[in-house]
Amino acid sequence: MPLRLSSPHVSRNNSTAGVMQKVVLAMLPGVAVLTWLFGWGTLIQILLCVSSGLLFEAAAVRLRKQSLSFFLSDYSAVVTALLLAVAIPPTAPYWIAIVGMLVSILFGKQAYGGLGNNPFNPAMVAYALLLVSFPVQMTNWVLPNETLASFPETLSLIFGGATASGLGIDGLTGATPLDLLRNRGAVTTSEVWSGTALNSIAAAYQYLAGAWLVGGLALLYLKVFTWHTPISMILSLLVISALFYGYDPDNFLDPISHLTLGATMLGAFFIATDPVSSATSTRGKLVFGAGIGLLVFVIRTWGNYPDAIAFAVLLMNLCAPLIDQYTQPRTYGHKGIRKGPRDEE
Amino acid sequence: MSADNAKLIKQGLWDNNPALVQLLGLCPLLAVTNSVVNALGLGIATLIVLTGSNLAISLFRNLVPESVRLPIFVMIIAALVTAIELLMQALTYDLYLILGIFIPLIVTNCIIMGRADAFASRNPVRASLVDGLAMSIGFLIVLVLLGAIRELLGTGALFANMQLLFGEAARDWHWVIAVDYPQFLFAILPPGAFVALGLLIALKNVIDARIEAKRKALECALPPHKGVKGNKRVRVTGHIS
Repeated sequence: MPLRLSSPHVSRNNSTAGVMQKVVLAMLPGVAVLTWLFGWGTLIQILLCVSSGLLFEAAAVRLRKQSLSFFLSDYSAVVTALLLAVAIPPTAPYWIAIVGMLVSILFGKQAYGGLGNNPFNPAMVAYALLLVSFPVQMTNWVLPNETLASFPETLSLIFGGATASGLGIDGLTGATPLDLLRNRGAVTTSEVWSGTALNSIAAAYQYLAGAWLVGGLALLYLKVFTWHTPISMILSLLVISALFYGYDPDNFLDPISHLTLGATMLGAFFIATDPVSSATSTRGKLVFGAGIGLLVFVIRTWGNYPDAIAFAVLLMNLCAPLIDQYTQPRTYGHKGIRKGPRDEE
Repeated sequence: MSADNAKLIKQGLWDNNPALVQLLGLCPLLAVTNSVVNALGLGIATLIVLTGSNLAISLFRNLVPESVRLPIFVMIIAALVTAIELLMQALTYDLYLILGIFIPLIVTNCIIMGRADAFASRNPVRASLVDGLAMSIGFLIVLVLLGAIRELLGTGALFANMQLLFGEAARDWHWVIAVDYPQFLFAILPPGAFVALGLLIALKNVIDARIEAKRKALECALPPHKGVKGNKRVRVTGHIS
């Protein structure tokens, strides 16, 4: 039978696996900077997360009597594992990664019906659960300016809780910049900036944000996602933090720090753009991103946790179906924009 | 009579379990089941109130005018709950402090009101008593199971603080399974209760599906015998009973 083909002839690899592979590659600069500045821990966490993630995915697919080779080769579990691995502290004990992957794959994704049906970003579900459950282990970030532990030392730190020389987690870790700026006590933000504690570590976090930005822009160039979600998230965070900073520079964080010291870039390009759990219409993406930016500012400024990407993304994931319903694009040839639920006609 | 009782007991414990099937009384179910002792304490209090209220309402069922039956039921239940609250204050004061508002809130527990209106107000005393006991034991079992799962996951130990309910001798019942266990706060916090309850319901559904599949397989294996309704048609798409 002759093939009847008609235009458009799209030759781009749009398969799930293709997109996910691009995301994995785009995360490499960020992973490289993390390893360079924070030590071997990140690589070990990635190894732990990916292997346990694939294991749980295989178990769940097996339980649901689905094709093992098909669902394991779509790379979605790998992307989830990578996102969680870069989000947890590099020297977190090994069971943090395993519990996180168990929650993200089994409860965040498969319990809802697998990839494509999950209302929340699985990696962020796991991160939020870990942060709430194990606040101590989840806030021990390696200080980038300390002499980093060697590979075997990091291994024993992750699997045994202390290095061979008896150096525990507490000797290597400390507060993150957002932590320092949040729990500053009675001093102003500019006084924190003039101190050495913050200045010595801020640069590392700025490099990291730059690396995530590079990876994100590459994905944008490859048209893995459109610009709407990340740009609207960054802009809304920029605008609202600039407003508050302009009003009272002593008590509010400056907009540039908001963008560079936390996980904003990682969140904007890699987490908020998850095609499953974010809004899908173009205007919906703008609203979705802006909502995340706003929530990040609110939670960072008045909430209990120093960084807020996970909670902001999860809260907006919850709103995504509603946003989509009210931002449906106008059908060509119809007047006006349909608002609200579709009428049965 | 005994066949009826068996049916009532099966209804309460399994087929129509208040916590797993009717999903009633979720507020105390989710709020206090962070340890075995709390779950057991509230479960026993609910058991006494539910059985007592079923008994009392069944006794008065012919005297209660239809139009004002709900306020009267609430008053009967509230009187029982007040008695239980005072009893717990006298006997297990520390547990009373821990359970706090959830003891008076038993009044508003939908299971008790539901059984009063749906069963006790239209059935004789003995059946109501059996129904109240079966329902509350079904509820108690789920409460304790949920408490055990959450305490085990949350703290790595079981039966902590049992002395609150059983006196000083029970202090040693505390059974630490994992010594260096980091507190898994999620299991102890309310969201963990939702997840654990969801898993329990899923488990019950799996068991039900297995039993159903086994029953069907058995039915197919047996040659159709005469006298059973619906076995005349050779090909059916659904289940005919």
